[in-house]
Amino acid sequence: MTAKLRAPGWYRAALFILLGLAFSYALVGVVRTLMHYPDAWSDGNAITTVSLIAIPLFFLVGLGCFDYWFYYAAGRPTRAEDHSSHGATSWKAYFRVNTDHKVIGIQYICVSFFFMFLGGLIAMLMRAELAQPGMQFVDSATFNGLFSVHAALLIFLFVIPVFAGIANYVLPLMIGAPDMAFPRLNALSFWMLPMAGLLLTASFFAPGGAFASGWTAYAPLSTDMPLGQVFFTIGVQFAGASSIATALNFLVTIITMRAPGMSFFRMPLLVWANFSTSLLVVIATPFVAASQFFVLLDRALGFNFFDAFVGSGKNGSVLMYQHVFWFYSHPAVYIMMLPGFGIVSEVLSVKARKPIFGYRMMAFSLLAIVALGFTVWAHHMFVSGMQAWIRVPMMITTAIIAVPTGIKIFSWLATLWRGVLHLDTPMLFALGFLTTFTLGGISGVMLSMIPFDIYVSDTYFIVAHIHYVLFGGSLFTIFAGIYYWFPKMTGRMYDERLGKIHFWCTFVFFNVTFAPMHLLGLDGMPRRVADYAEQYATLNLLVTIASFALGLSMLVFLYNMVASWRGGPRAAANPWRALTLEWQVSSPPPIFNFDAVPTVVGGPYEYGVPGAVHGIFQSPTEAKPTPAGSVATSPTRE
Amino acid sequence: MRRHPVALMVGVGLVASAIGIALALIIDWFPTDAAKQAGPIDTLYDVLMIISVPVFVLVVCATLLSVWQFRMRPGQERQDGPPIHGNTRLEIVWTAIPAIVLVSLCSYAYTVLTDIEEKKPNTLTVNVTGQQFAWRYAYDQDGRTIETTQLVLPKDRPVLFKVRALDVIHDFWVPAFRVKIDAVPGIVTEVRATPTKTGTFEVVCAELCGLGHAVMRSTARVVTPAAYDSWIAEQVRGGSAGGGAAGGGDSGGGASGGGGDAAALGRETFVSNCGSCHTLADAGTNGSAGPDLTTALRGQSEDEIREDIVDPDKRVEEGYQPGVMPSNFSQTLSSEQIDGLVTYLASVSR
Repeated sequence: MTAKLRAPGWYRAALFILLGLAFSYALVGVVRTLMHYPDAWSDGNAITTVSLIAIPLFFLVGLGCFDYWFYYAAGRPTRAEDHSSHGATSWKAYFRVNTDHKVIGIQYICVSFFFMFLGGLIAMLMRAELAQPGMQFVDSATFNGLFSVHAALLIFLFVIPVFAGIANYVLPLMIGAPDMAFPRLNALSFWMLPMAGLLLTASFFAPGGAFASGWTAYAPLSTDMPLGQVFFTIGVQFAGASSIATALNFLVTIITMRAPGMSFFRMPLLVWANFSTSLLVVIATPFVAASQFFVLLDRALGFNFFDAFVGSGKNGSVLMYQHVFWFYSHPAVYIMMLPGFGIVSEVLSVKARKPIFGYRMMAFSLLAIVALGFTVWAHHMFVSGMQAWIRVPMMITTAIIAVPTGIKIFSWLATLWRGVLHLDTPMLFALGFLTTFTLGGISGVMLSMIPFDIYVSDTYFIVAHIHYVLFGGSLFTIFAGIYYWFPKMTGRMYDERLGKIHFWCTFVFFNVTFAPMHLLGLDGMPRRVADYAEQYATLNLLVTIASFALGLSMLVFLYNMVASWRGGPRAAANPWRALTLEWQVSSPPPIFNFDAVPTVVGGPYEYGVPGAVHGIFQSPTEAKPTPAGSVATSPTRE
Repeated sequence: MRRHPVALMVGVGLVASAIGIALALIIDWFPTDAAKQAGPIDTLYDVLMIISVPVFVLVVCATLLSVWQFRMRPGQERQDGPPIHGNTRLEIVWTAIPAIVLVSLCSYAYTVLTDIEEKKPNTLTVNVTGQQFAWRYAYDQDGRTIETTQLVLPKDRPVLFKVRALDVIHDFWVPAFRVKIDAVPGIVTEVRATPTKTGTFEVVCAELCGLGHAVMRSTARVVTPAAYDSWIAEQVRGGSAGGGAAGGGDSGGGASGGGGDAAALGRETFVSNCGSCHTLADAGTNGSAGPDLTTALRGQSEDEIREDIVDPDKRVEEGYQPGVMPSNFSQTLSSEQIDGLVTYLASVSR
């Protein structure tokens, strides 16, 4: 037993959780005693707040995320080529600290889909309440908690990490690398995620209920909330830290670990997309961390960042929260969309059997979105009471960011033109994405127009817009990516018929669920309310019924994934006849990805070019350039 | 043969765009408009739709046409499309045209913005204060401040709302006027509207402000200028009479007579100040942020009820949190109103 408690793993993690609790209790008690505070040893709020920070950290130590670094720091012998925690031979390997990017990718995807189903169930509870005017199932405190947790889970625990998961699996393979640049950091980033999800979910059990100030957690509402708010404030820190560490890992991997011959302009667009996303994450995510630290300090230590109570002489700045928050949370929209752009580029090119139209413009438009993405945050604040003039430049930049996005849409359409379209499930989701995301983009341009935004902000028009972008946009690309790489990740084929049923149900019920919300918003229905006027009843009932059907169609996906993974037909190494490197190795790939280091000799999308290859598995001196590489064709020029 | 499907799709696209634009323009998707600001904003929406619908139809039609024309047919399993890598002229076109359209739209939106926010002469200033979960209004008239819980506005006179918040962020929104602005603790925000129709319009809190957010409602009554003048004059008189009564002198105020009148005043006060959060069968209110007073008040003495109103956090009903109910009713309500409330609530809870 002691051996089990000393070795990294779940027993030691459980022990460390207890240690963390004891540590928090002692720390709070001692400090409060020294400060002569009342209830020194029994203040539940203080003990919980400290525990929420300490317990996840203790858990990570107990599980073994830091063992190697502790050995190194203590001067104990370390083995650089220690691969004992690398790769998976049974399902148990997925439940421990694993340094294999393929295992981590699957861990990410499974955990984030778990939270997607949880967040979806929460959404259906809300829709049940909203089916009719008046209060039926939940009270307003619970309802406010439901939509806050729904958004927080789906943003911080689903869309952002699932893209990190897909890229974790695919990106090193695509650039011909044996793993990510920092495998142990990669494992640590993953294990922070379930802790963040647990914190957000556990807030329902806090006295006073879950955090109920929306995922935006505007101060001073969030600084006045009951204890549940702290679960959000701290949970977001762990999700954010995980995100930043992964993004750093991607950047270093992409910059330093590309195969010989893979210049930047020979990288697949998914790699470009994750490069751009990682830049956004590294620059922007510290701002959301800051905004939540401000709230935590206001709550826990009596700072006055946001306390502007009239007449009491306090001069905190309420608007500062929103500026800091949106300086992250607008780029976050692109963090949740650019990797999807990458997936769609891969799928469309392979499934249309044509090179991506305007590859360089596709890459540059990603970078343009990154740059412009930092100049538009205050369009979320047109009615916030900030200084009036700043609205105008923000309107212009917001409208202009539609230009690079438009370039991408038009280039994808041109990629389809005269291709040979294989209309299987990944392609259907990519095509569905083209239409629904265009609608979300158009309503985004409408919202950038200040006078229109003044009317519809904080109405259901916003709810419709964000779901067209994040569901019709991000989630459709996620499904496209999951189906596209399912054979590579599992070595099995998914059921094509069920996949198509899943697509059509999702596409139809998605539109029936969210399109009417535009009309509700135009008619003046405010968002974030559990009760509404009689005039909105018909459309709300329609939305609720469609949302239940949408929820049910996700079960088709779940069944398809589970059944195909367990007993689907074996997948060939390259069932899609794709050129990119991940398809040139077996399905699933060998433990260190490539038995021989690949050499890249041409662009990634040379479909239709006779005899074109992207990478070859021989030494660079023997490699010959391909006839129609779009860019630098000779590997010796690198 | 090749041109034919494209021509057909162009036709379908034109028809679809026409139908889409017609639906957007002919059906009135907005609530009643009751302010000068509504016109330009609704027109901006129309213009946005006229441009947006064809863009959306273009993308959908291009996708459908590709699927229809270029889907893989039996025998093409191993075929690839032509290796087209790009077309610089086309790429410049679809960069430049959207940029020009978007900048033009921004310029137009900017003119709408200056139009709806223009400072006008003879503007009436109304101070709006939001607190969990009620709106209060104050008028400066003849050097006196008139405080009310109902917003009364004269038709056709520009109004400047100066908006404040006492606790958290709220948002003052009259959907019929189309304009809204956050009420932010610590600063005064402004929004302008010129009512153009008489009638009663809803005032909505549009920014999540806590448990009672969904019921933080009030009404804006737009009346003729003459009716407004007589209303404000009555308020000035009523205010002085009330002030006198509170000072303990003159007892001429109509509402401060016998117990029945006090209860009537109390009921009226309850409906406009308390009903958005509290259900009370007798008053016909159905708020849900606070305890249901139909049952919660059973067996309470008048003193306990008074304490619940002026110092709500002293005793909090089980299942509810302290700090939710405003603690400043002793300042925001007159002493007659509080006396009336206590009399009324004691009478209905017996």
